[in-house]
Amino acid sequence: MRARLLALVLLLLLAGCSSGGSRDDGPVTLRFQSLAWQEESVAVTRELVAEWNATHPDVRVEYVQGSWDSVHDQLLTAFEGGEAPDIIHDASDDLADFAYGGYLADLTDLLPARLKADIPRRSWETTTFGDGVHGVPFLQEPRVLIANARWLRESGVRIPTPDRPWSWSEFRRITERLSGPGKYGVAWPLKEPVSATLNLSLSAGGRLFHRGADGKVTVRFEAADQVVPRTIHDQVGTDRSAAPTTLGSGGSDTLPGFFGGRYAMVPLGFSYRQQIVQQAPKGFEWQVLPAPAGSGGPAQGVSPQTLSIAEDSPHKKEAAAFIDFLLRPSNMVRLALGDWMLPTGTQALKDPALHTARHGWATGTALAEHLRPAPAQTVRGYPEWKDKVATPALQEYYSGAIGLRDLRERLEEDGNLVLARYQR
Amino acid sequence: MRTSTPARVGQYTALLAYLVFLAFPFLWLVSTAFKPPRELGSLHPTWIPEDPTLANFRQAFDEQPLLHAALNSLLAALAAALIAVLVATPMAYVVARRRTRLAKAVTGWVVVSQAFPFVLLIIPMFLVLKNLRMINSLPGLVLVYVVWALPFALWMLAGYVRAVPRELEEAAAVDGAGRVRTLVSVTAPLLAPGIVATGLFAFITAWNEFFFALVLLKTPEKQTLPVVLTHFIGAEGVADLGPLAAAAFLATLPSLVVFALIQRRITGGMLTGAVKS
Repeated sequence: MRARLLALVLLLLLAGCSSGGSRDDGPVTLRFQSLAWQEESVAVTRELVAEWNATHPDVRVEYVQGSWDSVHDQLLTAFEGGEAPDIIHDASDDLADFAYGGYLADLTDLLPARLKADIPRRSWETTTFGDGVHGVPFLQEPRVLIANARWLRESGVRIPTPDRPWSWSEFRRITERLSGPGKYGVAWPLKEPVSATLNLSLSAGGRLFHRGADGKVTVRFEAADQVVPRTIHDQVGTDRSAAPTTLGSGGSDTLPGFFGGRYAMVPLGFSYRQQIVQQAPKGFEWQVLPAPAGSGGPAQGVSPQTLSIAEDSPHKKEAAAFIDFLLRPSNMVRLALGDWMLPTGTQALKDPALHTARHGWATGTALAEHLRPAPAQTVRGYPEWKDKVATPALQEYYSGAIGLRDLRERLEEDGNLVLARYQR
Repeated sequence: MRTSTPARVGQYTALLAYLVFLAFPFLWLVSTAFKPPRELGSLHPTWIPEDPTLANFRQAFDEQPLLHAALNSLLAALAAALIAVLVATPMAYVVARRRTRLAKAVTGWVVVSQAFPFVLLIIPMFLVLKNLRMINSLPGLVLVYVVWALPFALWMLAGYVRAVPRELEEAAAVDGAGRVRTLVSVTAPLLAPGIVATGLFAFITAWNEFFFALVLLKTPEKQTLPVVLTHFIGAEGVADLGPLAAAAFLATLPSLVVFALIQRRITGGMLTGAVKS
C-alpha cells in the first residue's frame, strides 16, 4: 500500500513538472533575452515589448529575463546547444568570443540605414569584430566623480565642468586639500581595477594595447599609460588623500562612507546616481562632476550595452526589425532614463530629458561625445590577461606592495605571454 | 565524570560564539530585508531597522515571479530528493552488505565522481538532455539533480546501512523472518533517520542549485528561485540590495522549516542499546 502511495506521489510530482507544450506554430515567435534589472528599466523594457506585440501580431516577442551575473556562461552553453535566444542583450566587452566563434549574426546588411546613421561610428567600433558588426550598441555610461557638493563648496576648490575638467595633477592636489584626519578627498572603489584604469587612461593618451602591422596585439605600458595608475597610487600611498580601505570594494560599498562624510568624492559609473538618489540621507547635497582629463581631453573608454542576433535564429530579419523598433530615438530615451545611462543614438541624446541639471544628467550627456571604445575589448585573450595578470598586478601596485617598474614588467612580460597564446 | 564549572562556562561560551557565527549572515539578511534604502546606505547600520518597511518584499514580488519560481523549485527539489532516495537506498544496502569487488569498485567510483567540477559536466549534460528533448523542462532538471545528488546520497546511505548491526538482521532470521520481512520490519525503520537525512541533503542541494537551472531552463515561467534571485543583481555586481535580501530571506524559509520539522528524526540515538557489545 505504502509503495503504491509512494509511486503515486512520484507520478504526480513528475506530472507537475511536465514541460507544458512547445513553440507556437502560428506567428513567428522571437525570444528576447533582456538583462534589464532595475525596477524602472525592467518596466520600460516590458512596456516596449508589449507595445511591439500589440502592433505586430505576426511577430510575437517573448520577454526572457537574463542576469548580468551569469550571462556569459549561460549564453556560451546556449550557443553550444543551439538553444540561444533570438535577440540577445549583453555588453560589447563580452561579445568578442561569441562574435569570433560565429555565434552572433553579422548585422551589416540586416539593420536599417536610419539606425546605422543614428549611432556614431565610434560606438559601432565597439561591436565590430573582424569585418562584421555583431551587436547594436545602445546604452553607455561614462565614469564620473560623484561629489559631496557642500564639502567642495566650503573648501573653495574650483568646480570642474565638462568643458573645463580637472587635470590629473589638479585632481591630485585637490583631493589632498580636501583630506584631513579620518577624511579623504576620494575613495576609489577598485574591486575591478583593470577596466577603470584602462578606460580612464584614454584621457591621458594611454593605449596599452598596440596592434602591429601583422594584426597582432602587444602590451606596452608607456608614460601615458602610467598617469592614472600613478595618480591613484600616490593618492593612496603618498598623499593619504584616497581611502586605502576601498581599494578592494565595489562601487556600492563606498556609498555609506560617502554619505557619512568620510569621502568627498567617489568615482563611479553614471548609473550609480539611481542608488544615490534612493539611499542618500535627507538634505545630503551631491553633484556629478566629469572625471579628470589629461592630454587626451576628457576621453574615456566604455563598453556599451548591446543587442545582438543569434546566428542560429531562423528569423533574423524580424529580429532586426524589433531591434530597430526598440531603438527608435524616443524608445532609446525611455530605456536610457530607465537605466540611468546615456543612449548612443545622436537623436536620442538631443532629448531635453537628458539635458536637465537634475541628478547630473546634463553633465553626463555633455561627456557622451568623448566616449570611445574601451581599449581592450576587441583584443582576444583580454579576459585571461585581465584576470591572471592585470588585476593582481594593479591591486598590488595600488596597495603599495609593488612599484611601478614591477607593475610594468608584469603587465608587459606576463601579459604578452598570455596574449601570444591567443594570436598564434 | 562531572565537568567543572569553569570548563562548562567555557563550553557554553564557545557554543554561543559558534551559534552567533552561524546565525550572523542570516540575521543580517533578515535585518536588511526590512530596511528602507536610506538605511541600507548608512555608515552606522543598526541591527533593528529604525524605520522598518515591507516595501522590499512588495518590490521583490512586483518585479519578479517569486511565487511561481518557488513552486518550480519545490517541485524540482521534492522530485529529485524522492527519486534520489528511492534509487540510492537499495544500492546503498547492497554496497554496504555485500563485500564484493563490484561493491568496492562502486564505492571507489562514487568517491572519484565527487571530484568532477560541474562546469566540466554541464555541456555534455546539456547535449544529452537536448537529444532527449528535455531542455527547458523541469523533468530534465530533476534528472540532472538526481544524477548530481546520487553519488553522495549513496555514499551517505551506505554509512547508515553499515551502522545497522548485522546481528539484528540475523536475530530476525533466527526468529523466522524472511529476507523481505527483515528488510521491511527491522532494517528499514532503523535506516529511517539516514533516509531522511539523505533526502534532506538531496532536497536542499536541488533547492539551492543555480547553474544547471540557469543553463537548462529558458522560459521565465519555468525558472527556479535561485535563478530568479540573480535578476536583482546588475552589471558589475551592483545589487538591488533591499528586494534581493527580501527575496533571499523568503528563499531560505523552506529549508529552515524542513529542518525544524524533521531535525529530531535525523538525530541519532535510535540504535542505543539495540545490541550488547
